[in-house]
Amino acid sequence: MATLSIESQKTSQIRFTLNGEEVDVSFAPYKTLLEVLREDLGHTGTKHGCELGECGACAVLLDGKAVLSCLVLALECDGRRVLTVEGLGEEGKLHPLQDAFADLGAAQCGYCTPAILVTAKALLDQNPHPNRDQIREALSGNLCRCTGYLQIFEAVEAAIVKIAGQNNSET
Amino acid sequence: MPEEKDSTKSTDSHSKANGHEFRVIGVPRRRVDARAKVTGQTRFADDIFLPRMAHCKLLRSPHPHARIRKIDASRALACPGVYLVLTGKDLPIQYGILPVSQDEQALCVDHVRHVGDPVAAVIAREELTAFEALDLIDVEYEVLKTISNPEEALATPEPRIHEYGEEGNIHKLVALEFGNVEEGFAEADEIFEDSFFYQGNTHLPIEQHAAVAIKDPDGKLTIWSSTQTPHYLHRALAKVLEMPAAHIRVIATPNGGGFGGKSDPFNHEIVVAKAALVLDRPVKICLTREEVFYCHRGRHPVLMKFKTGVKKDGTITGMHLQTLIDGGAYGSYGVASTFYCGALQTTTYHIPRYRYEGCRTFTNKPPCGPKRGHGTPQPRFGQEVQLDKIAEKLKMDPADLRLGIVESSNAMTANFFRLGTVNLAECIRRVVQLSGWKEKFRKLPEGRGVGLACSAYLTGAGLPIYWNNMPHSGVQLKFDRSGGVTIFCGATEIGQGSDDVLAGIVAEVLGIDTFDVRLFTGDTDLGPVDLGSYSSRVTLMAGNAALQAAERGKALLAEAVAEKLAVPRERLRFADRRVFDSTAPEKSVTFQEAICLAEARFGTIGTVGSYTPPKSPALYKGGGVGPSPTYSYSAAVVEVEVNATTGWIAVPKIWIAHDIGRALNPPLARGQVEGSVYMGLGEALMEEQEFRRLPKRLSHALVHKFPSILEYKSPTSLDMPDVITELIEEPDPRGPFGAKEVGQGPLLPIMPAVANAVYDAVGVRIDEVPITPEKIMKALAEKKAGREPRFGPSHFPHVNWPEPLRVPPPWEGGDGNAVNDVARRAKPRPEKEKVLAS
Amino acid sequence: MMRLPLFEFRAPRTLEEAARILDGEKTNAMPLAGGTDLLPNMKRRQQVPRTLMSLRHIQSLSHVELGHSGARLGACLTLADIAGDPRFRNGLTALAQAASVVATPQIRNMATLGGNICLDTRCNYYDQSYEWRKSINFCLKKDGTTCWVAPGSSKCMAVSSTDTAPALMALGARVRLVSRSGEREMPLSELYNNDGIDYIKRRPDEILAEVVLDSLQGWKSTYWKLRRRGSFDFPVLSVAAAARFSKNGVVEDARIAVGSAACRPLVAAEAAEYLQGRPLNQETIAEAATVAARIAKPLDNTDFDMTWRKRVTAEFVTYALRELRGDDMRPVNLLLTRHQ
Repeated sequence: MATLSIESQKTSQIRFTLNGEEVDVSFAPYKTLLEVLREDLGHTGTKHGCELGECGACAVLLDGKAVLSCLVLALECDGRRVLTVEGLGEEGKLHPLQDAFADLGAAQCGYCTPAILVTAKALLDQNPHPNRDQIREALSGNLCRCTGYLQIFEAVEAAIVKIAGQNNSET
Repeated sequence: MPEEKDSTKSTDSHSKANGHEFRVIGVPRRRVDARAKVTGQTRFADDIFLPRMAHCKLLRSPHPHARIRKIDASRALACPGVYLVLTGKDLPIQYGILPVSQDEQALCVDHVRHVGDPVAAVIAREELTAFEALDLIDVEYEVLKTISNPEEALATPEPRIHEYGEEGNIHKLVALEFGNVEEGFAEADEIFEDSFFYQGNTHLPIEQHAAVAIKDPDGKLTIWSSTQTPHYLHRALAKVLEMPAAHIRVIATPNGGGFGGKSDPFNHEIVVAKAALVLDRPVKICLTREEVFYCHRGRHPVLMKFKTGVKKDGTITGMHLQTLIDGGAYGSYGVASTFYCGALQTTTYHIPRYRYEGCRTFTNKPPCGPKRGHGTPQPRFGQEVQLDKIAEKLKMDPADLRLGIVESSNAMTANFFRLGTVNLAECIRRVVQLSGWKEKFRKLPEGRGVGLACSAYLTGAGLPIYWNNMPHSGVQLKFDRSGGVTIFCGATEIGQGSDDVLAGIVAEVLGIDTFDVRLFTGDTDLGPVDLGSYSSRVTLMAGNAALQAAERGKALLAEAVAEKLAVPRERLRFADRRVFDSTAPEKSVTFQEAICLAEARFGTIGTVGSYTPPKSPALYKGGGVGPSPTYSYSAAVVEVEVNATTGWIAVPKIWIAHDIGRALNPPLARGQVEGSVYMGLGEALMEEQEFRRLPKRLSHALVHKFPSILEYKSPTSLDMPDVITELIEEPDPRGPFGAKEVGQGPLLPIMPAVANAVYDAVGVRIDEVPITPEKIMKALAEKKAGREPRFGPSHFPHVNWPEPLRVPPPWEGGDGNAVNDVARRAKPRPEKEKVLAS
Repeated sequence: MMRLPLFEFRAPRTLEEAARILDGEKTNAMPLAGGTDLLPNMKRRQQVPRTLMSLRHIQSLSHVELGHSGARLGACLTLADIAGDPRFRNGLTALAQAASVVATPQIRNMATLGGNICLDTRCNYYDQSYEWRKSINFCLKKDGTTCWVAPGSSKCMAVSSTDTAPALMALGARVRLVSRSGEREMPLSELYNNDGIDYIKRRPDEILAEVVLDSLQGWKSTYWKLRRRGSFDFPVLSVAAAARFSKNGVVEDARIAVGSAACRPLVAAEAAEYLQGRPLNQETIAEAATVAARIAKPLDNTDFDMTWRKRVTAEFVTYALRELRGDDMRPVNLLLTRHQ
């Protein structure tokens, strides 16, 4: 077991961009990004279901890529960009994915939802028109015990249509 | 808004049924808590952070069975940052979910019964400190003999895992006979005897159990917990902490999935409550995934033997079922589970004579309990696979065979359960049609096959867990001058949408939007008791209570508005946030004005509603398990593909029809069906709560094989097949707006349908769950060798069954009592079909 | 929540600096790349290094060089980098396939090639929390004296569970190891020991810096992975095969590797040799599959029944060889892996 003393260990500090805002945070250096988000920054939207990389519930976007915040040292996040479910909506509006998830039953207990939302966003950022198989594949790292996934796929597909509509009306 | 105008609205925002037009019920809509869920704002128990909060970790037994000789916590207490260490002597009072099984202690005092049983708690400033300090607690154990499975339990009366129960390590024996089953077999043209084994599995909610307790500023106790049953936790806390229940407030936070796994009062909840009281600071615990496997309360492993007599046309003449149930180390819901294993066989098909014998044993493993379908998926698997075998022998199509024997609406079963609406035949016809059954069954190429199975489930347990005559659900409504309505109810949101059910019913009755409704639920201080989110009871019971409260409020408002508008009350309609004369819609007031009028007239407006299920005619001992106000029905067809060289099995598609009565919010109802299908498929193909006994000559260890969410296999998005869901909507008058349950029933037909499909695909019977490639390969090898093409149990150990309670079925003049249970004989009650309690 | 134990953290910017740190710390330090293997092990207290040395600031470890003469792949390329890069085709298909089926999409965004090659061996008795392992009185690999997989064994039987190593072995890869005292290159097939504890020849002071591949012009390769579910799961058996054919379809050269069937990835040399000079027909494929499957020694320490895993080995070699021959194996692949 560890020989270093927890109570005497100094805190570390990093500065990074959280949901578009620069934040400074000090934390116990053994902590993962997940722990710092939830415990030191009060961002509890990101959940945890195993803390070992085996369920996907803690996914966030790190520099635009979906990663598991339970396996990222907070120390490694200095200067980086983190997006959590709290930063998904813009200008007081829900992201189309959030709207679709809410309307189509894609969130039952809602516990795996934040991670699935950000993972789906990363997919759509990279590929705005994924088919059902690509959605299945992209979300294959997020366990859901409530829905059987089908309404999640449908919600992602509905959001794709909505985003495409918004983009068309903008251009 | 006037009615004429409404009819021009698009039809998808309204639903029509029985000539009424609903604005909320049956209309697909965003559930009331959806926004919180998709923005990450739903506050789960572990999302609660309070100033000065300490963290708790539990030291757990490394031994499957041992006496505790000594605990020395001095080294842990000396650790900087450690505030408190609790041991069993701090919380010695026994508790448990069932009054007959008060066999748990929050921290074991002198006897540990499975690896993971908690023996001490460390509360520290940091969770890491608490964890590290666990290793500094010195516990001296005297190791006892390990009992790994029911057969060992039967053969090993000593040492006893508990000092109560039937005898030795038998926890519960049940023997019931409804009519002379031997006579039934004598009338049969064919008799079928089959054994099945259903492996245990677990709920695996993605949220790990968590609880936070505080001593309130006034000295009372508040606990937030991810519990499905705040009311039962409330009672357990009062008992163990020896505090008046009135000084304890339990707040059930929204559960990140429950599935039955958060239905018991748990040791960790009691421990943090005690610690908060001692330390006078908030104390939190959040279990690790491994610890959730030790809480367990999951599906019991059950060995079954079915003996069924049938006529040539498939009519059942009698059925005899025996079960041997692995209960694990504690009672939990196990006595109820033992009855449930034999209860619902009679609710799907007419069985004129029925005998059930069940035996639950204690073993040194985490306790089993209620998982989605509670005690009924195991015998349902056996029954439906056996029916498939019967159909083949009788040269009948399995769908036609079932259509010939389905029970009818309002029937009374051999074991005195009064059924509600029964639309099982329609479910069967629908999946047969949708799946192209007639073109596929026994006609697909080798390696592909289809299987069909059916099921029934309770819409709420007819009896409470502890004996009382009070309502099972209560709702209070507050009508505010602002035009808002607030619902107070003990019902617990576990993801199933209970908040939305309550809001939808109230909004429909009062003609407002669900967004106008506020909810305070799952809080023992704020709302009247609801017994909990288990047994699929909330929609019907809390729903009926909400309906009653809303109707009562509506009556008050109508009276005041009638006077104001000088319109007879009967002519008033409530819709679109207005109250208006249905014959002259321009005569109207807003809903808000209606409340003000009523408040001026009657004073502050608040109404209550409650629901008590009808008394059951099953008066015999054990008849308390299985009665329900009404039952849901499901039928499913599963298509499989089996690779003959590896035994690999894949499921490309599933069709399911569910007799729901009415879908209150259709996407949510469909989500419950799909989620049930998903979970059933996991049980059918991969989920297993497996244990490892190390070589006995080297070790006494008996450990969970892999208490992790990686090695406990639950299907991923890539493993989920397409599912075609049909909701059969024929309203049942017993449910609110005709609704029946949908959260559990649709799981039940999946496992047997998969097994039946495997037989259709490659001609082997897998009489065991889960159905894995290894088992298929073994059965294929048997087939190749010319032996019985089957994998499954071949023997049922000897159990000393007691003389059964003999209850003559209704058609033999029975009155619901056992004829040979003189001590208990109760007066038959006149059966009242009450939709609402008075 | 499971917490990491305390550690010192170092984040060198160059390979030289990293080598100096490892030289100073000796066995007390471990390199941290993607963290997806090491951090869970630390949370379960299977590995408790005093110092974690991050590799992510060393830019030279993330380079890719692909040319006619071969390839050099930095050890810190993520598996997603490899899986998603269209340059990993034809001869390199097996590597891209292997990388694309590791764990989950999120983990592939984090986990690195070097990390997957160095993946700690796995075992149902070892990949458990400290408390669980205490309840079996620990095991030979960590803190105990008995290998519970084979209690008579003096050797740890933990299983090599890397996806990319068998694929790279079929491609004839070499690895470059760098330490303060210098560097060495060795065939990947020689990197591993037949021992669940001392499973890798990388010394604690060495950094696996690069994977080196000769030109695979004219080669075809493929990777087949067995696991329970479509994602998440480690392989419980894998087969990688690569071959170069003459114009008339005779095998000129072949390499077959079998993963997750022993403490190290196995080279099925005899089977590959047998195929040389022969066409891939039903008979030769069956013979090669039988010979290759003989070397698999699965034990009861992963998911699935071990005798079944052994049995499926021959099937998987058959599938891989049929795919190399040009058969359309997509339906079988979809059935078994749920991947298109």
